[in-house]
Amino acid sequence: MEKVLLSGNEAIARGAYEYGVTVAAAYPGTPSTEILENIAKYKDDIYCEWSTNEKVAMEVAIGAAFGGARVLVAMKHVGLNVAADPFMTLSYTGVNGGLVIVVADDPSMHSSQNEQDSRQYARFGKVPILEPSDSQEAKDFMGKALEISEKFDTPVLLRSTMRISHSKTVVELGARGEFPQPEKFERKPDKFVMIPAHARKRHVDVEERIKKLKEFAEKTELNKIEFNDSKIGIITAGISYQYVKEVLPQASIFKLGLSYPLPENRIKGFAKKVETLYVVEELDPFLEEQIRAMGIEVIGKDRLPLLYELDQGILREKLLGQTYPEPVDMENIQLPARPPALCPGCPHRGVFYILKKLGLVVTGDIGCYTLGVVAPLSAMDTTVCMGASVGMAFGLELALKDKIKGKVVGVIGDSTFIHSGITGLIDIVYNKGVSTIIILDNRTTGMTGHQDNPGTGRTLMGEETHQLDLAKLCKSIGIKHENVRVINPYDLQETMQAIQEEVIKLEPSVIITNQPCVLIEKGKAWDKYQVDEEKCRNCGMCFKVGCPAIYRDGDKAKINEIFCVGCSVCEQVCKFDAIKKAGDES
Amino acid sequence: MKKMVNIMLVGVGGQGVLLASELICRVALKSGYDVKKSEVHGMAQRGGSVVSNVRIGEKIYSPLIARGETDILLAFEQMEALRWINYLKKDGVAIVNEQKIMPLFVAIGRGEYPKRTFEFIAKKTDKIVRLDALELARKAGHHKAANVVMVGALSNYLDVDEETWKKTVEEIVPPKTLKINLKAFELGRKTV
Ligand SMILES: Cc1ncc(C[n+]2csc(CCOP(=O)(O)OP(=O)(O)O)c2C)c(N)n1
Repeated sequence: MEKVLLSGNEAIARGAYEYGVTVAAAYPGTPSTEILENIAKYKDDIYCEWSTNEKVAMEVAIGAAFGGARVLVAMKHVGLNVAADPFMTLSYTGVNGGLVIVVADDPSMHSSQNEQDSRQYARFGKVPILEPSDSQEAKDFMGKALEISEKFDTPVLLRSTMRISHSKTVVELGARGEFPQPEKFERKPDKFVMIPAHARKRHVDVEERIKKLKEFAEKTELNKIEFNDSKIGIITAGISYQYVKEVLPQASIFKLGLSYPLPENRIKGFAKKVETLYVVEELDPFLEEQIRAMGIEVIGKDRLPLLYELDQGILREKLLGQTYPEPVDMENIQLPARPPALCPGCPHRGVFYILKKLGLVVTGDIGCYTLGVVAPLSAMDTTVCMGASVGMAFGLELALKDKIKGKVVGVIGDSTFIHSGITGLIDIVYNKGVSTIIILDNRTTGMTGHQDNPGTGRTLMGEETHQLDLAKLCKSIGIKHENVRVINPYDLQETMQAIQEEVIKLEPSVIITNQPCVLIEKGKAWDKYQVDEEKCRNCGMCFKVGCPAIYRDGDKAKINEIFCVGCSVCEQVCKFDAIKKAGDES
Repeated sequence: MKKMVNIMLVGVGGQGVLLASELICRVALKSGYDVKKSEVHGMAQRGGSVVSNVRIGEKIYSPLIARGETDILLAFEQMEALRWINYLKKDGVAIVNEQKIMPLFVAIGRGEYPKRTFEFIAKKTDKIVRLDALELARKAGHHKAANVVMVGALSNYLDVDEETWKKTVEEIVPPKTLKINLKAFELGRKTV
């Protein structure tokens, strides 16, 4: 069969296709997003959707699996927290058709707010977990995971990490297999209806299942011993395996493809045959603690880091005592950082400029607009998790009452609001809060690469669908009609006025911006701006909007004509009328 | 080709670094090598630093290049070359586009762009190839082809025939831009 280069995410999607998945659901999140984007290429064979959030994605998946389909649900690590409630009880119900939960961790937090080790969910939920170490395994393990799911009547976690999901390695493609299709829903209330009386019995089944999975772990080829020199033995899984192979090619290696539950007998046997035993894993001592609990002495986190990702350099340093080559002496010159910034013309920019100007406390949320925290905008005071801005604005007001009244706003993106901001807003209305929430509706899920969402009117499979009207929604949950304002965020005056008027009201308000992301509205044909050098006094006001198109050239401001999209925000802040549309004379 | 070649591509979001690394990987795969590449997505799109690790050889394990392991540093921007210079092997090859892209803070006068970039790079290696990829791309027909100019320069260091390179360029770039990109590749290849 054909050999191609695939990322781990492409390979997981391909695995879903080859191994007969018919339903797939996800909410986007780096580094997992491309899994569903690639499954959409197989939409003739696989129904796929962007769900409103990970909990809903999980529930859609559970329903489909109960109905007998082979199912994939994907999310980033923190998404599994959102979906944890259905996940934990799904462990009790088990499945019908195979159900694989792909969870993609982000060690080193390249694009995440924490670096939790999601393998802990396997032990927590008493569910098996598979860890591929390259794209070929990512595809193959997808098939194995479905098999295990059906054979043991359990959901299965397939754990990727950023270096699996976003590395490309060689994969051999196969054809889509034939798998039996469900005919009807079979009622099994003692299995599918988790009232306490049923759940108590199912918990017994869960413990039985884990025992059987332990036996399976002793035999499965997912767990492989590569016996070599007996001086050093290494137990490892996932991407860490690759680093070990590179650094210690002579060592004996026990590579775990199934990293929960562990094959205790085989591990004990392996440990006896080697002189020194190491456990090499990223983040938590997940394997290490379980292996120690078997009464086996290992070297692990006492030598290897608990934080961030590994690479072969770190292993050479920590295990072999090798040092890195001498760094270049830069004579104390510090290189300026190159942090990401809001794009030129981003509709979020004006809102943050005004929030900074008004000196408001801003409870923030997660999306492109989190970049509002970066100087010179510096207009965000909190970010915890998706949806948190809404409840947190209310909470701050409860803590500080009159001392903060009129000085707080919550800021949230459209996709994030739909994901988990709506319930927070209902809470404010219900509990008589007075908070002001700004929904930055750029008509896309920007941060993760422009996925559709219920506000865009299009599905992952490319179909037109009902477009959620955020203003109507807010009104219907009890925000007074006059307190729901839709504004043009490129108009700084209008933006400032709306915010000032709403924050002082003793009622909850919602301000919704109405300009789409500049990256999706490529057709926007605005005139670009330029600086009139005669009029520019080098006051620095235009630098405060933090636009990558504006730079200082000698003692004048200049606008990069390639970057500028003509949003006019800089023009509005210039006090000397020095910023003009290109081509305008005066 | 020797046992393994490690290529690190560094630049700024929007410069086409990821397309360049895709091109190199496909060429290597076609020429019968094992290939792995790893890169950071996500924030990269918003004008931040972009890094792509490409490893080519008989059998590759890690998709990452560790500090001091890079054979060829392909830098699309001067300061980024300096940022990653310690990933280069002593006396490895540094192919550096002379283009400077100011980070926001530098652009508004709150930080300084380093002045002695090439002097510092020379402390690591004397195998430096300097080129003005932007100018060469313009000569080829469009400034956006600068990434293919860079790949052209790199192509001199890999044991792959020119035909394979050109065929792969054809596969990967939009048909309308093929002529420009092939020209860009040639101009880049001639710089070494
Ligand atoms: C629970 C969870 N799921 C997914 C993500 C990944 N993620 C970060 S921001 C974001 C969406 C942002 O979209 P939106 O709110 O519309 O703001 P925009 O980026 O378009 O400004 C997503 C999906 C996350 N951080 N947490």
